[in-house]
Amino acid sequence: MSEHITFTIDGVEIKGKAGQTILQAADQAGIYIPRLCYLSELIPHGSCRVCTVIVNGKPQAACTQPITEGMTVENDTPELKEHRRNIIDMLFVEGNHYCMFCEKSGNCELQAMAYRLGIPAPKYPYLFPEKDIDATHPDIFIDRNRCILCGRCVEASRDIDHKGVFEFVGRGINKKVAVNAEANLKDSNFKVADKAADVCPVGSIIKKRVGFAVPVGQRKYDSKPIGSEIENKK
Amino acid sequence: MSENLQTEVKKICQACGNDRTRMMDIVRAVQQQFGQVSSEAMNLIAKSVNCHRVEVESVVSFYAFLSKKSKGKIVIRLCNDVVDKMAGVDRIAEAFKKELGIDFGQTTPDGKITLEYTPCIGMCDQAPAALVNDEVITYLSTDKVKELIDDIKKHYDPAKLKHRLGDGNNADELVHSCVHNGVRKKGRVIFSEYKQEAGLKNALAMSPVEVINEVKTARLRGRGGAGFPTGMKWQFTRAATGNKKFILCNADEGEPGTFKDRVLLTERADMLVEGMTIGGYAIGAEAGILYLRGEYAYLRKLLEKVLKDRRDKKLLGNNILGKQGFNFDITIQMGAGAYICGEETALISSCEGLRGDPKTRPPFPAQKGYLGLPTSVNNVETLCCVARILEMGAAWFAEVGSKGSPSTKLLSISGDCRLPGVYEFPFGIKVTDLLKEVGADDAQAVLIGGPSGQIIGPNDYNRTICYDDLATGGAVVIFGPERDMVEIAAEYMEFFVEESCGYCTPCRVGNVLLKKYLDKILAGKGEPEDLDILQKLGESIKTTSRCGMGQTSPNPVLTTLKNFRKIYEAKVKKSSDGMQPNFDIRKALADGETAANRQSVIYTK
Repeated sequence: MSEHITFTIDGVEIKGKAGQTILQAADQAGIYIPRLCYLSELIPHGSCRVCTVIVNGKPQAACTQPITEGMTVENDTPELKEHRRNIIDMLFVEGNHYCMFCEKSGNCELQAMAYRLGIPAPKYPYLFPEKDIDATHPDIFIDRNRCILCGRCVEASRDIDHKGVFEFVGRGINKKVAVNAEANLKDSNFKVADKAADVCPVGSIIKKRVGFAVPVGQRKYDSKPIGSEIENKK
Repeated sequence: MSENLQTEVKKICQACGNDRTRMMDIVRAVQQQFGQVSSEAMNLIAKSVNCHRVEVESVVSFYAFLSKKSKGKIVIRLCNDVVDKMAGVDRIAEAFKKELGIDFGQTTPDGKITLEYTPCIGMCDQAPAALVNDEVITYLSTDKVKELIDDIKKHYDPAKLKHRLGDGNNADELVHSCVHNGVRKKGRVIFSEYKQEAGLKNALAMSPVEVINEVKTARLRGRGGAGFPTGMKWQFTRAATGNKKFILCNADEGEPGTFKDRVLLTERADMLVEGMTIGGYAIGAEAGILYLRGEYAYLRKLLEKVLKDRRDKKLLGNNILGKQGFNFDITIQMGAGAYICGEETALISSCEGLRGDPKTRPPFPAQKGYLGLPTSVNNVETLCCVARILEMGAAWFAEVGSKGSPSTKLLSISGDCRLPGVYEFPFGIKVTDLLKEVGADDAQAVLIGGPSGQIIGPNDYNRTICYDDLATGGAVVIFGPERDMVEIAAEYMEFFVEESCGYCTPCRVGNVLLKKYLDKILAGKGEPEDLDILQKLGESIKTTSRCGMGQTSPNPVLTTLKNFRKIYEAKVKKSSDGMQPNFDIRKALADGETAANRQSVIYTK
């Protein structure tokens, strides 16, 4: 296998390295493929499916699919945009998301993705599930209403913090993130300095007492859409 | 009690070598002994196998047959598959509720009997049916329910239940089951006479590569439904690097309407094990795992006996049939009620003692499968075919069937037909000929390949069953003229909602939404735009889902929308006032009124 791999994304030739995924190679080339569960420090989870692209005619998750010589990738097409909007819509109605008074607003990747894809309001009926919150920990707050089950906290705690504080329990629409304790986060060995406290893309794992340190209007996605940091590399 | 729990859980973990990867065996054993895997038990297990407590909870919460909360000594699981519903399961359900004085999901006040629903248990040809712990009770009637409960209350021992014994090995003392095989048509490959050991002897006279070539020449394709060429799968697994290799038999026949593997496990276990052994030789594996769905636990003792007999005959173990250096043996891994575990990578996860989440591909199991080692996962019927190919030769095997789909296929036929059961047909059979043979002249619709396959109407009855046209893992369900096809689609969507692992967004949420829209249409509140939403949502789920389940789960909706569009159109109408017909303002206000403890002024009267 040659060290450099050449392939195309929407007709543009990209040079990647052997062993890279489509997403990694695209990021390097300054092409943004929308994603939610992906975080570069973690093993790709491939669960949100927002980064779905068409590879040689077949849908694949860009975050887990390795690049191969000569492959053609479709990313920015009306069909894929529609599928991505549908997925974002699903995530909004699956939980109870209240952007207008969430302290993560402006820093939230789900919200930012909705704006980037042009979703003013979800089109599907809300499911209004009953979700629980856990405010027992002195420094951290879990609100499962806002969880999108991306798995970042699970992986960060397991693979970076080597603690295994979080794990998924249940299945299907009843799947949720549980903590390694009889019931509450305070009974686990979770610390505010843990990587897992830092990775939540939405307002589900939140540090206490710092919520509005950066005022609304000056937050990450308030002035530039999500993904611009990658596109600016071009 | 607590001390007893401590000792027993420790004992169970020890018996499993305190091995984290044997979590399924551990939690199953704890569940069986204590009727639950309690919070305390989870802590004990985690300590014994050196993992986090939440990992134990993760597994327990995934499988339908395991529970954190206490269940009765007897758990009655009534199958509410679509075919059982067609056979009148609602009446049976009422009878159970009446006899036990409890609702579904509840346990009798004395804590002895729990009543639950369960999806397809593989008895569609003898529906309605239920599981009483591991015992299967078929052809339920309201009278039979009364007798059954009276009988249970006498001894609380499912093994002592009085019933007629089924045919063949179902009557064997190790099975002792009322299930009947229902083999209606014997074809040349699976149900014809076969010479035990002949296939294996022939295989061992060849090199492993020659065995793989023979399977390739026979053009055998996986009988589970996906149809991947078996020889190629073996070639990849053989070529992969790994200090150990595995062959896994997928006996997790969970597709609603499928029950042909049940018959093979009952009557052709020898052939199956022979196929696995040949596979082990071909790919260079020393270990095989037979993953048996929890619903078929009643066959376990029989299968164990077959394995033991074969060990005694030197057909398993070290230096099999005197072939120096060929060592191979098989263990049985029980499932615990999860449809998704029929997906090959989910099956591997389950064998590893994890939740049955499918894995990310690539790597494929042939490279990195069970415990990260090269693994071939093959369906029960596929492995039976292997034994016959090696016995009779590739040319003999491919003599019947169609060009792209050689040989025969077992079909499980149920629903509105006179002769439900298992049929062995050559590939390429026309649906119309099949319907004639099974006694279903007035079929309104036929489901080919289970709910993850497609529902076709009379316009497609001249099509053929084979990999290139109507592909199927074996389920064929027939719907008579009186069935409401939208309702059928909704029922199947409920199944997928229940069985999604929840790993990826489209399958976890999308199927719930599809079901919601179908319910809205069935309630008479559907609008024409809803059909468009169903279509687009279904396509998004298919395109973006992570594994085969989500990639096929919208099929009941999409194929009925395509083939029975008029039925949908007749159910939806544009609302006259432009308001959303499903918005019920009274219902929306009710919660607020309850909280305020008064009726709203504007909307009363």
